[in-house]
Amino acid sequence: MKNVEITCDSLSRTFSGRTVFKNLSFKLSSSQSLSVTGKNGSGKSTLVKIIANLIHASSGKISISENGIKIPQAERFEKIGFVSPYMNLYDELTGFENLDFFYKLKLDREEYSEEEVRSVLQKVNLYEKRNELLKNYSSGMRQRLKLAFAVLNKPEVLIMDEPRTNLDKSGIELVYQISKEQIETGILIIATNDEEDKTLCSETLNIEDYK
Amino acid sequence: MAGLLQTSVLIFKKDFRSELRTRYVINSLIMFVLVTISIIRFAIGDEKIDNEILTGLLWIVIFFSAVSGLSRTFIKEEEKETSYALKLSVVPESIILGKLFFNLIMTLSLNILILILFIAMTDYEIKNFSGFLIAMLIGNLGLVSASTIIAAIISKANSKGTLYPVLSFPILLPLLITVINATKLAAAGVSTEKLSGEIIILVSYTVVVTTASLMLFRYIWED
Repeated sequence: MKNVEITCDSLSRTFSGRTVFKNLSFKLSSSQSLSVTGKNGSGKSTLVKIIANLIHASSGKISISENGIKIPQAERFEKIGFVSPYMNLYDELTGFENLDFFYKLKLDREEYSEEEVRSVLQKVNLYEKRNELLKNYSSGMRQRLKLAFAVLNKPEVLIMDEPRTNLDKSGIELVYQISKEQIETGILIIATNDEEDKTLCSETLNIEDYK
Repeated sequence: MAGLLQTSVLIFKKDFRSELRTRYVINSLIMFVLVTISIIRFAIGDEKIDNEILTGLLWIVIFFSAVSGLSRTFIKEEEKETSYALKLSVVPESIILGKLFFNLIMTLSLNILILILFIAMTDYEIKNFSGFLIAMLIGNLGLVSASTIIAAIISKANSKGTLYPVLSFPILLPLLITVINATKLAAAGVSTEKLSGEIIILVSYTVVVTTASLMLFRYIWED
């Protein structure tokens, strides 16, 4: 099993002079999980975006290493699976086309397997609807497809921001199943205020402590 | 991770498929071209217009149709909030190359339509057609290359629609002056060999802008 480590060292982020958080540090390794909590607008999403390399920190450092070898920042996205309410997939493509497109982008052609895409669609219970355009999906089905996108390439680090958004009971169970599987193989980070979500994680980081 | 060219082609195919299904850009650009060329036709009336002025009018149609269409490629990713999914899947260089391919095919197809309609609806005469096409083709490459990187810059801004022509005009000005001059000379019958000065400038502009785009796009794309 790969041993992955994330180290966040003295992270700070400011927006137009307003400090969202400062001096935030933590370290996680494979089989560990972290719930990021804090009230609305406290900076949970900002933190997970910084970890996923979607935005930059104003100061501080993040590093991800695999078996002791540091992953260059430009290649960090290859190790990360991400799901959030503010990230969408393509409305004009079907569920299958969306996953197939992203799967091919991330993989070598020799490794490509359509079966893998189909099995992920089955996992999130969207296989029957795979040929429908995403614009015709309900909000819950969209969230399921985003979960499929996040786990498609078996990421070493899975980051979920408010993962139960728009999901029904079986969808929430799917989130728990994905979370448990991730903890067995890698690192899980969940930004949430839901008490049940927090119980999935071994560590908790309250962003209010870094103001 | 798939190769740069391979992933660029995947992004091109995705954009092309998406465009064919929505026809958002294609339909609005075709309407734009039809309306502007019709206005030019009505404005000319029965007057005999000098070929040099018609070349200028042709490039006004080409420039503004490119400006209104090419910016969509990145703005759509930001507005529909799909840019994060792309950022998490591929290196930025593949994205700019894929968008470049898409914009190039769109612009070349559109310019063929513009040229056919323009010749059919005005008395525009091209005496050195091969020289004209070479200048148009290289001019289009430069136009698309510069417009695509500008589209990436303005997709991050709040006033996207108004900023695009303002930002693109000074960057495209050297290209426009050269390509207008080259096509004007070719239309007047100047041989292709004598257009070599303009063609070298157009090729240099395109190479410089494309290289700069590939080098700088990462910084634009990564917040």
